[in-house]
Amino acid sequence: MADGMTRVTYDYVTRTIARTLGNPGRGYFLLLGAAVALLSVGIVTLLFLLRYGLGLAGYSHPVYWAVFITCFVFWVGIAHSGTLISAILFLFRSAWRTAVYRTAEAMTVFAVMTAGLFPLIHIGRQWYFYWLIPYPNERGLWPNFKSPLIWDEFAIGTYFTVSTVFLIMGLIPDIAAVRDLATGWRKKLYTLCSVGWRGTNEEWRHYTRGYLYLAALATPLVLSVHSVVSWDFAMAIVPGWHATIFAPYFVAGAIYSGCAMVITLLVPIRKLFQLEELITIKHFENLSKLCLLTGSIVGYAYVCEYFIAWFSGNPTERAAFWYRAFGPYWWATWTMLICNAFLPLLLWVKKIRTNLTALFVISIFVNIGMWFERYVIIVVSLAGEPHTPWTNAVYNPTWADWGIMAGSFGWFFMWFLLFVKNFPAVSIAEVKEVLAPPRRVAAKGGAHA
Amino acid sequence: MIPLPKPLHDLFRPPPTPGVLGVFAHLDATVDAIKKLRAGGHTNFTVYSPIPRHEIEDALDQPVSPVRIFTLIGGIAGCAVGAWLTLYMSYDWPLVVGGKPIGAIPPYVVIMFEMTILFGALSTILGIVFNAVFAARRLGTIQWDGRFTNDKFGVFVPAAPDKAAGAESLLKGAGAEEVRRG
Repeated sequence: MADGMTRVTYDYVTRTIARTLGNPGRGYFLLLGAAVALLSVGIVTLLFLLRYGLGLAGYSHPVYWAVFITCFVFWVGIAHSGTLISAILFLFRSAWRTAVYRTAEAMTVFAVMTAGLFPLIHIGRQWYFYWLIPYPNERGLWPNFKSPLIWDEFAIGTYFTVSTVFLIMGLIPDIAAVRDLATGWRKKLYTLCSVGWRGTNEEWRHYTRGYLYLAALATPLVLSVHSVVSWDFAMAIVPGWHATIFAPYFVAGAIYSGCAMVITLLVPIRKLFQLEELITIKHFENLSKLCLLTGSIVGYAYVCEYFIAWFSGNPTERAAFWYRAFGPYWWATWTMLICNAFLPLLLWVKKIRTNLTALFVISIFVNIGMWFERYVIIVVSLAGEPHTPWTNAVYNPTWADWGIMAGSFGWFFMWFLLFVKNFPAVSIAEVKEVLAPPRRVAAKGGAHA
Repeated sequence: MIPLPKPLHDLFRPPPTPGVLGVFAHLDATVDAIKKLRAGGHTNFTVYSPIPRHEIEDALDQPVSPVRIFTLIGGIAGCAVGAWLTLYMSYDWPLVVGGKPIGAIPPYVVIMFEMTILFGALSTILGIVFNAVFAARRLGTIQWDGRFTNDKFGVFVPAAPDKAAGAESLLKGAGAEEVRRG
């Protein structure tokens, strides 16, 4: 937002962002209503699952990891770009992140909250969730720490905690800024949430240092989380899962899907809250460049997987990949390839990168493609397991699978919409930081330098 | 406000600190004021700003925040807890899984790593809270203005009423748009 933006002063930034907390109009409530309706579908489906058991979902031998685990990996992946934008780009001192990072970070927290539901739904008996946690019990029986599923528990737990505190830390000075403009009950709420922030030199001294270290801790964390998620598969010997490329492949895919989701979310948010002057085309262009980079890595990983399957000369590996591309699930594999590897090549064209409608449509296709990537890896690898051809069977999701998945989208969008309406969805302090500060010398000339 | 008994009242509602508050519209004027105050021997003043600026930090020349010690100790403690958790529990219930040793280090590194990050991050938060709350012990007794979180900078100089005039003229001379006594 550097050029031709003399109108954008500190005061303008505070007021524009504070305005998003006012009445958002009908469009917002329609979206919120749709999200709650989707969530209710999920809740009703869950009640059916509780009453009649997991058999209602399409699980059938040999596919016992299916849509729920697909959704789990999908949502964890969505979370990743938020931390990339808020922590990694922070360490790289990338100025454009300031206008979009809050939205991305909130998306991270809500996506992990959504992802966390799926292992619980998948275990069937949610009231025994604590069996996953190492706790002293009467038999002295501990979880197996050599299992990647337990690593995942630690990774996701840490990720959720750290990204939540990171989001809250970033919010405090901004809540203080809206507190000082608010009136009535909102003033009381923001006074409570801003924990007495005044913006003194001492507060900033400790805050900026601490924020830097949080970013430095979140950076390796985000890379580890999806690596660990990928090891849930790569540590097993199922052909199609057992590959060393999985960790970087999954991390790149996660950031790819997350950036696409940020675009999907920001396009309507920007319009709904009239943030055109703070979130500019330049931001969308940078996000789509990130998509292009990570999408190319994902495309490379696809090529690599098929090449290695062929080049290894391993018949089961070859069979697994042949089954993927030309077996009964060819449609899923080709949806994934077209949406993730081919369609985003359009982003090389600047005209498309700067056209919001085109970006919005492409980002939705990337989301669909990334969902299918996980579906292909998880379900198709299990269904066509070449070590045990006599167990091969075609799995089909049922209404219960789709119901839970719809519910997860409702859950995610509900939290997200509530957040952007009630808390500053664009960082007030950090957007000001990239503006030229008001100076006496320049002020005499009539404009901020 | 709820009335409090005297010792609690003194603790939670201390009397206002006498002093002078300057409100600045410009960053360079604020930095000027800080430099002049330091040259004049003032050390105990408070600077308010809507965002952190290196110019203010440099003018104040404060030591680096001790929050990093919290991060370091938290990280080391987390790593140790991760190692203890996995090794103790493995030897507490020794089951051979997949022909691997009972206390297998490589898989436990993942847990140690995650716990390093978790404890490191949480103790960083504790460090910020502890240090900021300690530094804020005078807040509420010194003057402040709601515009400081929006677009104004401020400097509060504690001064007894008889010495306030000097601080007042200093802040005005540096370019404060508004100077208040309290």
